[in-house]
Amino acid sequence: MKSFTYERVHTPAEAAAAAARMPGSKFLAGGTNLLDLMKLQIETPVHLIDIGKLELNKIEHTSSGGLRIGALLSNTDLASDASVRRDYQILSRALLAGASGQLRNKATTAGNLLQRTRCPYFYDTNQPCNKRVPGSGCAAINGYSRQLAVIGSGDACIATHPSDMAVAMMALDATIETVNPKGKVRSIPIADFYRLPGKTPHIETVLGKAELITSVILPPPTGGMHFYHKVRDRSSYAFALVSVGAILQNDGSGRIALGGVAAKPWRSESIEKLLPLGSKAFTEKLLAKARPTHENAFKIKLVERTLEGILKEGRS
Amino acid sequence: MEDSNKLNLTRREMIVGTAAAVTITLAAGTINNVEALAIAKAEIVPSAKVSFTVNGKIQQLHMDTRTTLLDTLREHLQLTGTKKGCDHGQCGACTVLVNGRRINSCLSLALQHEGDHIVTIEGLGTPDSLHPMQAAFVKHDGYQCGYCTPGQICSAVAVLQEIKAGIPSHVSADLTVHQNLVIWKYERE
Ligand SMILES: Cc1cc2nc3c(=O)[nH]c(=O)nc-3n(C[C@H](O)[C@H](O)[C@H](O)COP(=O)(O)OP(=O)(O)OC[C@H]3O[C@@H](n4cnc5c(N)ncnc54)[C@H](O)[C@@H]3O)c2cc1C
Ligand code: SF4
Repeated sequence: MKSFTYERVHTPAEAAAAAARMPGSKFLAGGTNLLDLMKLQIETPVHLIDIGKLELNKIEHTSSGGLRIGALLSNTDLASDASVRRDYQILSRALLAGASGQLRNKATTAGNLLQRTRCPYFYDTNQPCNKRVPGSGCAAINGYSRQLAVIGSGDACIATHPSDMAVAMMALDATIETVNPKGKVRSIPIADFYRLPGKTPHIETVLGKAELITSVILPPPTGGMHFYHKVRDRSSYAFALVSVGAILQNDGSGRIALGGVAAKPWRSESIEKLLPLGSKAFTEKLLAKARPTHENAFKIKLVERTLEGILKEGRS
Repeated sequence: MEDSNKLNLTRREMIVGTAAAVTITLAAGTINNVEALAIAKAEIVPSAKVSFTVNGKIQQLHMDTRTTLLDTLREHLQLTGTKKGCDHGQCGACTVLVNGRRINSCLSLALQHEGDHIVTIEGLGTPDSLHPMQAAFVKHDGYQCGYCTPGQICSAVAVLQEIKAGIPSHVSADLTVHQNLVIWKYERE
């Protein structure tokens, strides 16, 4: 690990101000992703701003009937919350499908949203990787790409976003609230939060450099049946090959978000009206623009079959 | 030392100085980027203070900022029961309890634990007075080579507390049912 200076901050404003004052700094929340990457010198911040003790670790009901989730709330506490378990089961299910008990105790809402890809070449500092070293090339495109993206990527990067939680947040139409060093508060719908790689795969979200996530807002509950099915090489403690988060209503309508297929959770509201036509027609349309490699073309069929399983469960 | 003398270190306390590397403590906690770059150039190793309890004993430490909780326990406090396996949060050999919850001590900086209560395998029980989970592992020969056993025992102790507290897991069939039934079953066995 490269050496870095360290400070603990006590308010969100202090955190954002510290980040503005210190180019090359990073916020440290749980540390379960950032420290991992710092050990490998994939991340090399010169300064860490420890936000772990900020009082952003609560869940509150909003005046409109939704929930405000603190950015520093642990993944365990979020998955265990009684309102989440009752009204936003897709979120509990997605969180519990990810990582381990130990990691979820430490991992936070904001850290989870901002965790970086698990592309094997991103982790291997001997390989070219546009995300790690912009302009160096992409070892994955002609390499081992079984885990990687099938849609929304390009010639620069085919990495996926690894978060399970973010897939559920996408299905729930969550909004991310931030504060910048000037104290300006911003609300970003999750659909606009992640950027596709284009020519700049190292820029993953629309967040400004010193912008701090303070909370995630969930709109009032939608009702319906909630599912999060994650398909992976072993049945626990592995990242998704594909995952399907679904909220199904009795009239056959629903919301579907996919994990493991793109650089962000993949969803299209306009295509959701095709859901009553069945999993095949829906998946064909949702992934019509997919450009899989020969190693990961199976993911398209896997999405269709996973969704089919969910629709069957929903009907029974 | 020569380079470091050029820095304005008024807000810091010098602790260790050698010809090649200098350790400094950030007292006030604020620092600007020019200072950070100067520190990097002068090969100064930044450090900071932290205080927490381990197995009931208060520890006050000056740490190289990079030191993980795992390395603090093993290398600085000589509590070598906690093991280093993968060092990347994957294997769980480094599991300890922090404020009653299990975490991977390898993916945590010591500095993140100001004011925390940490319990390691050494704090659960002693050879003369084993924790029931330690005794159960011995009785049922619950290990292979034994290296990751301390982490497994800490994890198992926390799992039972999680069940008691009604914290769900990926095997919870129904998220809306509190898991009292499971506790009842466990307590009867
Ligand atoms: C072995 C292993 C298995 C895993 N398996 C899964 C899995 O199956 N599914 C899954 O979804 N995840 C998995 N994870 C990833 C885990 O969920 C993340 O590491 C965790 O959610 C990150 O949260 P954190 O609080 O520790 O973030 P940190 O590591 O502290 O931070 C991550 C990033 O977010 C930034 N950041 C943090 N908070 C803020 C904020 N408030 N505002 C702005 N920026 C911020 C940091 O600067 C950093 O860049 C796994 C991790 C490990 C190590
Ligand atoms: S897919 Fe993206 S993350 Fe993976 S090697 Fe290519 S540029 Fe890097």
